[in-house]
Amino acid sequence: MAKHHISTTINGEPVEFLCNTEQTMLDVLRDELHLTGTKEGCATGDCGACSITVDDRLVCSCLMLGVEAEGHSIQTIEGMADGDQLHPLQQKFLEYAALQCGICTPGFLVASKALLDRNPDPTEEEARYWLAGNLCRCTGYDKIIRAVLDTAADMRGAS
Amino acid sequence: MAPDGTPDLKVVGTRPIRPDGVDKVTGRAQFGADFQLPGQLVGKVLRSPHAHARIRSIDTSKAEAIPGVKAVMTAADMPEITSEEAFVGEGPADFKDMSGNTMARDKALYDGHAVAAVAATSAAAADAALAAIEVDYEVLPHVIDVEDAMVEGAPILHDDMFTSGVDPKPATPSNVAKRMVFELGDVDAAFGKADIVIERKYKTAPVHQGYIEPHACVAQYAADGQVQIYCSSQGQFMVRAYVAKLLGIDISEIRVTPLEIGGGFGGKTLVYLEPLAVVLSRKSGRPVKMAMTREEVFRGSGPTSGGTVWVKVGAKRDGTIVAGDAVLKFQAGAYAGSPVGPGCMTAFAVYDLQDVRITGYDVVTNRPKVAAYRAPGAPISNFGVESAVDELARELGMDPVELRLKNAAKKGTKAAYGPTFGDIGCVETLEAVKDHPNYNVPLEPNQGRGVAAGFWFNIGGESSATVNINEDGTAVVATGNPDIGGSRASMAMMAAEVLGIDVERVRPIVADTSSVGYCFLTGGSRVTFATGMAVVEASRSVVNELKARAAKTWDIPVDAVEWQDGKAVPAGSNAGDFEPLSLEDLAAKSGRTGGPIAATSSLNAQGAGPGFGTHLVDVEVDRETGHVKVLRYLATQDAGRAIHPSYVEGQIQGGAVQGIGWALNEEYIYDDRGRLDNPGFLDYRIPVASDLPMIDTVVVEVPNPRHPYGARGVGEVPIVPPMAAMANAIQDAIGIRLTELPMSPPKVRKAVDEQAAAEE
Amino acid sequence: MARIVLTHSACRQYTGGTAELESDATSIRGLVRDLEARFPGLGRQVEESMAVAIDGVMHQDDLTASIPEGAEVYLLPRIGGG
Repeated sequence: MAKHHISTTINGEPVEFLCNTEQTMLDVLRDELHLTGTKEGCATGDCGACSITVDDRLVCSCLMLGVEAEGHSIQTIEGMADGDQLHPLQQKFLEYAALQCGICTPGFLVASKALLDRNPDPTEEEARYWLAGNLCRCTGYDKIIRAVLDTAADMRGAS
Repeated sequence: MAPDGTPDLKVVGTRPIRPDGVDKVTGRAQFGADFQLPGQLVGKVLRSPHAHARIRSIDTSKAEAIPGVKAVMTAADMPEITSEEAFVGEGPADFKDMSGNTMARDKALYDGHAVAAVAATSAAAADAALAAIEVDYEVLPHVIDVEDAMVEGAPILHDDMFTSGVDPKPATPSNVAKRMVFELGDVDAAFGKADIVIERKYKTAPVHQGYIEPHACVAQYAADGQVQIYCSSQGQFMVRAYVAKLLGIDISEIRVTPLEIGGGFGGKTLVYLEPLAVVLSRKSGRPVKMAMTREEVFRGSGPTSGGTVWVKVGAKRDGTIVAGDAVLKFQAGAYAGSPVGPGCMTAFAVYDLQDVRITGYDVVTNRPKVAAYRAPGAPISNFGVESAVDELARELGMDPVELRLKNAAKKGTKAAYGPTFGDIGCVETLEAVKDHPNYNVPLEPNQGRGVAAGFWFNIGGESSATVNINEDGTAVVATGNPDIGGSRASMAMMAAEVLGIDVERVRPIVADTSSVGYCFLTGGSRVTFATGMAVVEASRSVVNELKARAAKTWDIPVDAVEWQDGKAVPAGSNAGDFEPLSLEDLAAKSGRTGGPIAATSSLNAQGAGPGFGTHLVDVEVDRETGHVKVLRYLATQDAGRAIHPSYVEGQIQGGAVQGIGWALNEEYIYDDRGRLDNPGFLDYRIPVASDLPMIDTVVVEVPNPRHPYGARGVGEVPIVPPMAAMANAIQDAIGIRLTELPMSPPKVRKAVDEQAAAEE
Repeated sequence: MARIVLTHSACRQYTGGTAELESDATSIRGLVRDLEARFPGLGRQVEESMAVAIDGVMHQDDLTASIPEGAEVYLLPRIGGG
């Protein structure tokens, strides 16, 4: 069967790609567009390593088909920093040592940014529940949650 | 110098940003599945749907005929390996078994056991090929539970397995691979001196390491026999050695390039895909990429053993523990080699106890072959012993921390596994718990507090490091250990400390197997200790060379030069005669003073410092649902010396939370045909952020005299105490002793119902 | 002379159950040779599978480590790790 021709926006840039019907957005990002910062941990929507935003909505890209990207605006981890200027969450994750192996980190950062975009002043409990769909096996979440809450405080102070 | 005589350190003990950090927060870091080669094929594995089946035949002809399919392989494409014992991450194993686990030869021994593999130009073609392979199975009776596997008449996995360690040698095959007895003193006499004896049996479930990154690799076999492997693992040299052995290839023909590793915890101390990818590449003439799905990770890799732990512990009325006896039965999965040995030795190690006996059984069952998991074996025996000691404290009416303090191992006491302890921090971790505010927070109804202490040996082993001084005075430190949780940072910090320069001027790399000297794998909490020691030695050699270059420049003897804060300074009678020469100065002129400046150190580090930790947890039990909520969690641990305290805390927090998962939720659920029912993160539930509070840590530092900065391994100890600490807290909350893991809501609810029925 | 303690059945099977020995060996290599000569199989067992704790310091696989006069030596299964 012929591939689909999809026009979309990824990290602010217009992008066109071809994909099969059954290809997930995660497969398209990784295999067709070589944006491998978005990770596959389960391919069943359970781990959050493949988190992206679609029109600012947080999505597991393994649960979305590539064809569904048509006409939408997608953000991945590759678009989070502004050139060599890290996003405050990225910087704070480094300062807090909120990553060990780093495989879940892109998903956590994308999900955390989606949280702060909606709720600039989350409680610890709100942060923990928002991020409950992102699995980390290394850190026990402590330093991740601290990094997110401290970033929120900084960003509130700066705005 | 500090008052206690330890040298003032400028870098060690600080918290710089990790050198690989930006790559990992921007998505640039290349993990196992991120790498690709031009023209690569997609490799996939066909796995047995049966828990136990004889493979009568495999017909691959239809699969080979599918367009796009470039290679199909079975065990017939791998050399038959004779039995040869190897020392792998977990401990002793056998290469014949490793080969069989990589690809089943005559029998499939568990649901998920690899039986064939294919390489094709697309995932769709590979899937079609898997579906077209015809395997003729003769399904055999299977056995999943460890004690079921030990009874007479149980289905036998290996006809050639005769229990070793029993006298006389058995005449009939058995699923018990090995029986071992570890004994000190006179246990039976010692129990005669006890006023109180606690005796009980406990059970743990096998749990998976649960790394978020599935196994993945790319392999290329060239026409000249040269093999390139790019993969995520806990040791590129381990991958090289095992692929060479399993496929009969010279080590010099194989080059393994480590990619970033997305978690391992012991589970990536083995090869699964790499030998298959090499064979498929050889057959197809193309590079082959293979990656497991999450389902394959659960069905085909890891986990650690589940087991039963019978414990008997005796104490005098004053709380002196006088004797310990235990019987451990660990399931090893489909091939021999559970961590029952270290389970035995660690069982009573937190106690000053001279009369100890532990009997261990290594038992095969129709489950995936176990792999190492953080302090292999210790958490299982610790769950039994630390639960029993908690019961002892209740019988005695003693505070559980005080009881442990009264009996704790300390410097000069004989370890319950034999040797006399040197500098250890067991008591310090217990004191740290007592001193922490969590110890005195008032509890409400259905809330409880539990404590447990744990021990792990830590290891050293073979490591190499090369330090190159660049012409601008910066440095590159190359080692051969994958950075699984921040070790690049600690390597750079130790080099910077010796060289006397800013850590930002040191670039650490994890080199491939052809670019750096041999390093044993990343595991056993060894990297900061052993590879760190190699980094320090190589850096010291560089400093000696720098001093020699300064001496030449000044025309004074080398012993009249000192190295201070990154500068060569004339000393003794020459003091003040010359302007100090910085590392930059000496590097810039190195070509004219004898050539490039570099040093390598290769060593086999012995004397890893034993590690101790104590955990204190508060829980609240919902009697209605059986749900256990963790209210507060404190983990204290002796790190010897924390090189980068944030990553030490991180190891402690992560280990504790893995233990919480082990305690509350994680288990393998098999159906009556021996098929795994929960091979995914939805049903195999690891802890998520909303399950947890902050994990408080206290790092105590009792320096390890065998390491230049006093470091001891920290990665494994923190998974040892949590299960017993949780069970002890649940007992404190609802007055019920749970003896079987996981303490999941259905089990807790059932226990509450039984308690209520008994009270009526 | 060093005191050699065998805590584990993997070693005691070669000594007929004896748990304590003495040896004049001054290194682990020498100890392996001495044990093999006195209890055939035990030296090999130690070399291939056992860790040797000398006065409390664990030596996993180092044949060159020296055994001081009067040392307390424990033979233990070798340790791996996760």
